[in-house]
Amino acid sequence: MNHIVHNGGLYKRPFNEAFEETPMLVAVLTYVGYGVLTLFGYLRDFMRQWKIEKCQNATEREEQKDFVPLYQDFENFYNRNLYMRIRDSWNRPICSVPGAKVDMMERVSHDYNWTFTYTGRVIKDIINMGSYNYLGFAQKTGACQEAAAKVLSQYGAGVCSTRQEMGNLDKHEELEKLVARFLGVESAMAYGMGFATNSMNIPALVGKGCLILSDELNHASLVLGARLSGATIRIFKHNNMQSLEKLLKDAIVHGQPRTRRPWKKILILVEGIYSMEGSIVRLPEVIALKKKYKSYLYLDEAHSIGALGPSGRGVVEYFGLNPEDVDVMMGTFTKSFGAAGGYIGGKKELIDYLRTYSHSAAYATSMSPPVVEQIITSVKCIMGEDGTTVGRARVQQLAENTRYFRRRLKEMGFIIYGNEDSPVVPLMLYMPAKIGAFGREMLKRNIGVVVVGFPATPIIESRARFCLSAAHTKEMLDTALKEINEVGDLLQLKYSRRRLVPLLDRPFDETTYEETED
Amino acid sequence: FQAPAYHLILEGILILWIIRLLFSKTYKLQERSDLTLKEKEELIEEWQPEPLVPSVPKDHPALNYNIVSGPPTHIITVNGKECINFASFNFLGLLNNEKVKSAAQASLKKYGVGTCGPRGFYGTFDVHLELEERLAKFMRTEEAIIYSYGFATIASAIPAYSKRGDIVFVDEAACFAIQKGLQASRSNIKLFKHNDMADLERLLKEQETEDQKNPRKARVTRRFIVVEGLYMNTGDICPLPELIKLKYKYKVRIFLEESLSFGVLGEHGRGITEHFGINIDDIDLISANMENSLASIGGFCCGRSFIIDHQRLSGQGYCFSASLPPLLAAAAIEALNIMEDNPDIFQTLRTKCERIHKALQGISGLKVVGESFSPALHLQLEESCGSRENDVKLLKRVVDYCMNSGIALTQARYLEKEEKCLPPPSIRVVVTVEQTEQELDKAASLLKEAAQSVLN
Repeated sequence: MNHIVHNGGLYKRPFNEAFEETPMLVAVLTYVGYGVLTLFGYLRDFMRQWKIEKCQNATEREEQKDFVPLYQDFENFYNRNLYMRIRDSWNRPICSVPGAKVDMMERVSHDYNWTFTYTGRVIKDIINMGSYNYLGFAQKTGACQEAAAKVLSQYGAGVCSTRQEMGNLDKHEELEKLVARFLGVESAMAYGMGFATNSMNIPALVGKGCLILSDELNHASLVLGARLSGATIRIFKHNNMQSLEKLLKDAIVHGQPRTRRPWKKILILVEGIYSMEGSIVRLPEVIALKKKYKSYLYLDEAHSIGALGPSGRGVVEYFGLNPEDVDVMMGTFTKSFGAAGGYIGGKKELIDYLRTYSHSAAYATSMSPPVVEQIITSVKCIMGEDGTTVGRARVQQLAENTRYFRRRLKEMGFIIYGNEDSPVVPLMLYMPAKIGAFGREMLKRNIGVVVVGFPATPIIESRARFCLSAAHTKEMLDTALKEINEVGDLLQLKYSRRRLVPLLDRPFDETTYEETED
Repeated sequence: FQAPAYHLILEGILILWIIRLLFSKTYKLQERSDLTLKEKEELIEEWQPEPLVPSVPKDHPALNYNIVSGPPTHIITVNGKECINFASFNFLGLLNNEKVKSAAQASLKKYGVGTCGPRGFYGTFDVHLELEERLAKFMRTEEAIIYSYGFATIASAIPAYSKRGDIVFVDEAACFAIQKGLQASRSNIKLFKHNDMADLERLLKEQETEDQKNPRKARVTRRFIVVEGLYMNTGDICPLPELIKLKYKYKVRIFLEESLSFGVLGEHGRGITEHFGINIDDIDLISANMENSLASIGGFCCGRSFIIDHQRLSGQGYCFSASLPPLLAAAAIEALNIMEDNPDIFQTLRTKCERIHKALQGISGLKVVGESFSPALHLQLEESCGSRENDVKLLKRVVDYCMNSGIALTQARYLEKEEKCLPPPSIRVVVTVEQTEQELDKAASLLKEAAQSVLN
C-alpha cells in the first residue's frame, strides 16, 4: 500500500508505512489466553497464600513485618504470574562483543524461572538480531577500538567531576564541534546518558505555562522529561498529523485551560524512528505544521541517527529537509555509534542556554574519555573523514539489509509493522504463549531475538523485534530467515491477510482508526 | 379501577415533557463554536510565542567552562596552566591507577566500547553480573544493581518504590538527584531541617496523629526517610543511629545515599554504616555512585533482594537505558580490588582531611563548612556582600588567584532557580590520597593569601 505524494508534494520519496489490522480470531484467542493465565494466576496466589505451594518470592525482614507493605500484591500480580513464566527470554547474559554474532552464557532453571544457574557452557556464534548495532560499530578490533585504547591509557576511565566544575575535557569540546558539523547545526552538547539527556533537558527548556504535544508512543525518557518540566502535556495519536493539527489549533485559539491566558510556548515531541512500531515520523508534515503554528520541534533521533539517510545523518536527511528547521535535534550515541551517551544539537543560543541551565551540566559527571573517542572515530568514519569509504558502505549495506529482510518476511506471510525503510522490524506474535515459545525456539536454532509484551506494548499486541545491522551479511540474514520461516510454521505465526489500515489523510474524525478497507 | 383526575393530568404532562425532551436538539454546556473560522485564524496569526530559550549573558559564571587538557588527575592542566588538582572527586587517586587502566584495556579488547542495548535485550554482560556480585559482597548485602549514570541511580530508585500518596521525609540539604527522584515519584514530600532529629521527630509525630484520624489510608501509605551519608552540599554526616531508632519507633523505611561516603568512611570504606557500626540490614536501600571513590562512571544500589529485585523491572534508568560500557565496569571491579587489598588508604585519606581542615581554620573572611574527616569541604564567605551575584564574583576572584598560582579549585555549581534550598555560594575543596603534605600546606597558605588580597 503506497502513500505517495500528498500534502502538496512535501514528500520527495514514497512513504510506505503499514500497520496491518489484527485478525479477529487472533484477537479473541489472545484475550482468552490472557484470561486463562489470569485465572491460573489467582489460583496459584491462593495456593501460595494457604501454603499449599511454596512461596519462592523474597520476603520482608522479620523485624519489619509490621511496617506498611512495600509492594501491593496487586501491583506485582503480572510480575509473579505472567512475566515469571517466560522470564528466560530477557536479561540473557552475553560474554562477547555485541556484534553480528554473539556468545551467550547458557543458563538453566530448575524451578520454573524463579532462579537461574549458569552451567558454565558458552553458546557460541548466535546470530544477534537484538542489539542496537545498526552500523556495526560494536567491534573489538579496528580503528575505533584502537583510538579508544590510546585515549584510555592517556586519560583513564573516569572523570570525577561535572561539566561546570572541573570535568570539561578538551576531548568533550572536540566531540561537540564534530557532532555539530555532522548534524549540520550551529552547535551541539553531549551528555553521558541518552535517557538522562531527555529527562534533564526538557525541564530546562519548558516549564509551567508551556504546552507539550507528545506522540502517543513516545519513549519513557521523553515522558519523564515532559512530566518533570511541569508543563501541560497533551497527547496526539501516533504519527497522525490531523490529530496534531487539531491539538495545535485548539491550543492557540483557546489558550490555557480555565484562565484562557495564551500559552508561553508550544513544544512538539516526536521521535525519528519509534522502536516498538518501526514507524518513521512524518517529518515534512510536522515541520510544515510547526511553521504554520509557530511552535517548536524536539526531535529524538535515538534510533534514526546513523540508520537513515544516504549518508547516515538521520531522518532529516532521509526526507531531504533542512536541519535548521528542527529546533532541538536530540539523539543518542548508543545505537549507531557503538558507544554510550546522548547529544542535543541546535542553534548557538539554545546550546549556550543548555550549557548554563541543563541539570546534567551542573550536577552529573561528564562522559568518559574512551567512550568520547569511540564516538569521535565512528562519526569521522561515517562522514568519510578518516580517508576510507567504510562509513558510506555501511550505511548503504544497512539500507539494503533492511529492504531485503522486510520484503522476505512479508512474502512469507508474517504481519510486519512499520515503515519499509526502518531497520527496526516488529513481527507480530499476539498470543502470550507464543512470546516465550518464539524466543526459546529461535535460541535453539542459534538466533538471538528480542520479544516484547505488555507493558511495553498494548496487551494483545506482543511482538518480536528484529534490529538489523550493517554487520549482518546476506548469508546470516538468509539463515535467520530460514529459521524464522520454520518457527513461523511451527507456531502458526503467519497471520497476514494483506488487510491494511487505510490511508491516513482522510479528514480526521473519531472513527478513522475503526474502519477497514476490504 | 379509577385514578383521580389530577393523577391522569400529571402523567399526561410528564409524557408530553418526555416527548419534548426526546425530540429537542442537544446542547453543549460550553459554547465552544462561538468563534467563527475567521476569528480562529486571526487568533492563530496574532499569537506570538516566547523564544525557545532566553539569551544568556556572555559573562554568566556557568557559561565559560574550564578546559582541562589531558587527564584530570593529580597534576591537571586547566586553561593551559599546570595546577595541583583540588577540585576532582578522585578521593582514592584511582583515576590514574595503572592496574585499573589495564583492566579496562583488557575489557576493551574483549568487548569493544558500547553495549548496544538495555539490560533486558542482550545488554547484560558477564562483567555487569560480576560487578554486581562484588559490590554486594563488599557491602555485605544480598544483592546489588548497577546503573549506567550516577545521577540516574537515586533518581530512578526513589520513584520505583514511592508512588503518589506515599510520604517521604527528606533532609533539606539533599542533593539535586534526590530532589529529581522525589519530583518524579509524585509523593508527598516533607522537608526537615538539616540533621535536626527533633524536627524530624516532630514531623513524624504529626504524621502519626494524621494516621489515627484515617487508619485505613494509613495502612497503605508507605513512608520513607531519605538522607545522605556524607552530604555534598554541607560536608557533614547524618546521625544514623538516631535515625535507626526513629525508623523502628515510627515504622519508616530508610533510603541512604552514600555517593560521597562510599570508599571514604568506615574502616574498610564500606560507608557510614561501617563508620557507626550499624547492621547493614537495618538500612532498606543504599545508593551510591561509582564516580567518586571508584573513579569510574555509573552508580549502584544495594540491599536485600526483596528490595533490590524490584528495581530490575521498575527502575526507569535501568530498564529503558543502555547498560554500562563493559570497560567502565571492569575499571570499577579493579578499583574495588584495590580498595579491598589496601584498607589503610582510608585512614591516610582521613589524616589528610584533618590536616587541611585544621590548616584552613582562621582564614579571615572565609569559613570552613564540613566535618574534619570529610574529603569534600566548602569554603563560604563569612559575610555576604549583599547579593548572591556579587558573592559569586568575589569567590571567583579567590579561585582565579589560586589557579594562577598552581592550585586548581572550583566553585560549587548549583542551578539557582531549581534547587529547593539553595546553599550559599562556596568554593569546593577536595582532598585526595595523592596529595602530599607539602601540597596540602601550600594550598592552605595560598587560600589565606588569596582571601587576604581579595577580601580585604
